[in-house]
Amino acid sequence: MIKVNSFLGKFTLFAAVWAVFSLSAVYAAEITILNVSYDPTREFYRAYNEIFAKHYKTLTGDTIIVNQSHGGSGGQARGVIEGNPADVVTLAVGYDIDEIAAKSGFIAKNWESRLPRNSAPYTSTIVFLVRSGNPKKIKDWDDLIKSDVKVITPDPKTSGGARWNYLAAWGFARIKYGDEAKAREFVKNVYKNVIVLDSGARGATNTFVQKGQGDVLLAWENEAHLSINELGKGRFEIVYPSVSILAEPSVSWVDANIAKKGTEKVAKEYLTYLYTDEAQRLAGKNYYRPSDEAILTEFSAQFPVIKLLTINSDFGGWEKAHQAHFVDGAEFDKIFAELKNR
Amino acid sequence: MGKKTSRLPGFHLTLGLSLTYISFLVLIPLFSLILYSARLSPTEYWSIITNDRVLAAFRVSFSSTLIAAVVDGFFGFILAWVLTRYAFFGKRVIDALIDLPFAIPTAVAGITLSYLFTANSKLGRFLMDHDINIATTNASIVIALTFIGIPFVVRTVQPVLQEFDKELEEASISLGANFYKTFLKVILPSVLPALITGFAMAFARGLGEYGSVIFIASNMPYESEIVPRLIVQKLLNFDYKGASAIGTAMLVCAFILLLIINLLQHRLQRRLN
Amino acid sequence: MSIVKINKEPVWIKPTLLALSFLFLSLFIFLPLFTIFSEALSRGASYYFNALKEREVFAAIRLTLLTAAICVPINTAFGVMLAWAITKFSFKGKNVLITLVEVPFAVSPVISGLIFVFLFGAIGWFGGILDKLNYRIVFNIPGIFLATAFVTFPFVAKELIPLMHDLGKDDEEAAITLGASGLKTFFRVTLPNIKWGLLYGIILTNARAMGEYGAVAVVSGLVRGKTTTMPLYIDILYGEYLFAAAFAVASLLTLLALVTLVIKAVLERIIAKQRKQKFEF
Repeated sequence: MIKVNSFLGKFTLFAAVWAVFSLSAVYAAEITILNVSYDPTREFYRAYNEIFAKHYKTLTGDTIIVNQSHGGSGGQARGVIEGNPADVVTLAVGYDIDEIAAKSGFIAKNWESRLPRNSAPYTSTIVFLVRSGNPKKIKDWDDLIKSDVKVITPDPKTSGGARWNYLAAWGFARIKYGDEAKAREFVKNVYKNVIVLDSGARGATNTFVQKGQGDVLLAWENEAHLSINELGKGRFEIVYPSVSILAEPSVSWVDANIAKKGTEKVAKEYLTYLYTDEAQRLAGKNYYRPSDEAILTEFSAQFPVIKLLTINSDFGGWEKAHQAHFVDGAEFDKIFAELKNR
Repeated sequence: MGKKTSRLPGFHLTLGLSLTYISFLVLIPLFSLILYSARLSPTEYWSIITNDRVLAAFRVSFSSTLIAAVVDGFFGFILAWVLTRYAFFGKRVIDALIDLPFAIPTAVAGITLSYLFTANSKLGRFLMDHDINIATTNASIVIALTFIGIPFVVRTVQPVLQEFDKELEEASISLGANFYKTFLKVILPSVLPALITGFAMAFARGLGEYGSVIFIASNMPYESEIVPRLIVQKLLNFDYKGASAIGTAMLVCAFILLLIINLLQHRLQRRLN
Repeated sequence: MSIVKINKEPVWIKPTLLALSFLFLSLFIFLPLFTIFSEALSRGASYYFNALKEREVFAAIRLTLLTAAICVPINTAFGVMLAWAITKFSFKGKNVLITLVEVPFAVSPVISGLIFVFLFGAIGWFGGILDKLNYRIVFNIPGIFLATAFVTFPFVAKELIPLMHDLGKDDEEAAITLGASGLKTFFRVTLPNIKWGLLYGIILTNARAMGEYGAVAVVSGLVRGKTTTMPLYIDILYGEYLFAAAFAVASLLTLLALVTLVIKAVLERIIAKQRKQKFEF
């Protein structure tokens, strides 16, 4: 009888100690803000959060911890709409921030004009990452539709980068072949060669680099540089196509959340500080094109000048482009449906 | 509630509390999903779940799971046979390790299995050198699901083989039947219900599996996209209607499978007694 | 005619089956196990321990432990109550109830997370109320608890129901007749008989609670160091090309799985022995 009680007793004691230990550990006080971002910004924001914490400490004396959340840009936006308590969002496409503004009202509709340069503190573009020596001789977009080329790109439904990839291909074909119908045919042929469709840019890079799949990865310029430096110098090469697209990852504070949490000052300072020389250089070091012209020229060796299309002048803005290509039943879905019936 | 025939106390308390708990944890959440999908008109619902991409995902899920469950059935039977009938070095360890796929987190299984088929591992390099493509074909999904399902088959067949009526088999042999006949006429029929039950369980588990598959599959719409991944994709896209419609369809599949498994197990129990 | 021994299989069978088993186990058990640990230690022991010392890894471990610390006791308590009600009494709808217990086994982990999104998410039935209360369940820690509780709910009850069914209720009835209270009867009569089976159920609950990925991934906001459990964090590390670190965290969960299996094997032997003794009497 005593044995039973002691068995139970020990168990209860163990459970209680365990619970108390875990509870106290999790709820230790921290002043934090949450940055909900897209996939390839992990390394940049890790570095940026450090310099920002230092800056903020000297500015106010407060200790700041920035929590990061990364994923496909569309999915991250949906998370914020769903109630993920982001103080700031730093997403791959402005459209995702528009979505948050439209669907939840957590962000003011005029967000784009609240920070300098369309609220895009750094830009990037889409390049090709190929295996060293470029065995398939991939030089430009039209090499992607050769029958022996296997392409890796993520799913435009969930990945912001993938939408830039898609539009860049479309834009190239429109220039080269002259009209929309031929551009569509070209994009279709590119996706015919796609062998893996990951949900985010990082997944796609892993598939190409780590799993060794495919001959070419359509990647963010920064992601391509990072892959070479982090994962294997000499194993990959970057190919700049003749035309690409100016990708403007956008940032905004989330009005409703910062008001609720009282983090307005930190959140705004966090984004404003992105435009300082120090932060701009850090962006350059992390292979993002600084939006500050002067600092961009400091990195000119790293960022070749190529013809860049823009979403506003070449595709009529994100709203239009998204409706035409990426909503359910739009071009992308149709293209895939046709490919299946091929 | 029906008559209580027991003199023991605590019926109302335990049943009441458990029912409350189940209601809050299981029933109400399940109904929230079903009710949400009920907002769709029947035609809307139908057009979502008969969309080509959705149907293709169901096809991929069902076919990969079926193949994996058959492979599990085959090797599961062999493993159960080996573990119950032979003595060999390391048997206890292997017996315990059979449950590894069940105990290991699916995410760990996913990254490990996908790693195995990359150029980083010797196996992956060997396969690539010989032009055997597993990583971007549905073979990868089958491999993940085979891994997930194996314990279910072994653990349902093993006890039956163990408690197998040896005399029956002895009798059959003494009657002059050779081993093959004994196997086909006596052993297999007795083990078959358990084998089918294990197969059904592996199938049910595999059909819904997410963690291990998304790491290893190439997730191409129409080709290698499984239903759970499509649900998550709809969810990420803020397409709650689509997610709820496909979700309830999956739920129905799960309930049907559960029903089949329970019927099978019921018959199995009766046979064992 | 003399009785031929049952093991008189044709000679080729045993080596063939053993070889097939070995092949299968190598590919599906040994090789993955070996890979996890060799990759985790591929950059040396100091890297391994440093990877585990990161603030965010620590937070993930804490959240995982906390999740288990909450879900395991609750599910244990309700599992025991459920088993008591089901095995000691007969009532209408019992079979429906038993089937309900198995539901979390049968549904996809994705669905297990999804249902809570539809209940507590912004578009969910209680989304509006929660927003007014300024409280979040989904994309927050409570959502992780709920999804985990859902997924791990069946284990204890599923272990106990057949066990308590076999044991019958004579002992308990005798105790009650002798004047013992209900609780006393449970702790002094029932519990000693089922304790190993119960422990077995708890171990399984715990393993699954710490390892659940799909359901938790759907309800977590994936905030590093906040709403990432260990399995989610492995995913994050993998996405940051920190493969050795990802496998280091994975190796912890694998060790946990191995310990679980060892305890399980030991308990199984104890239970089998006890049953045998019971039948010998």
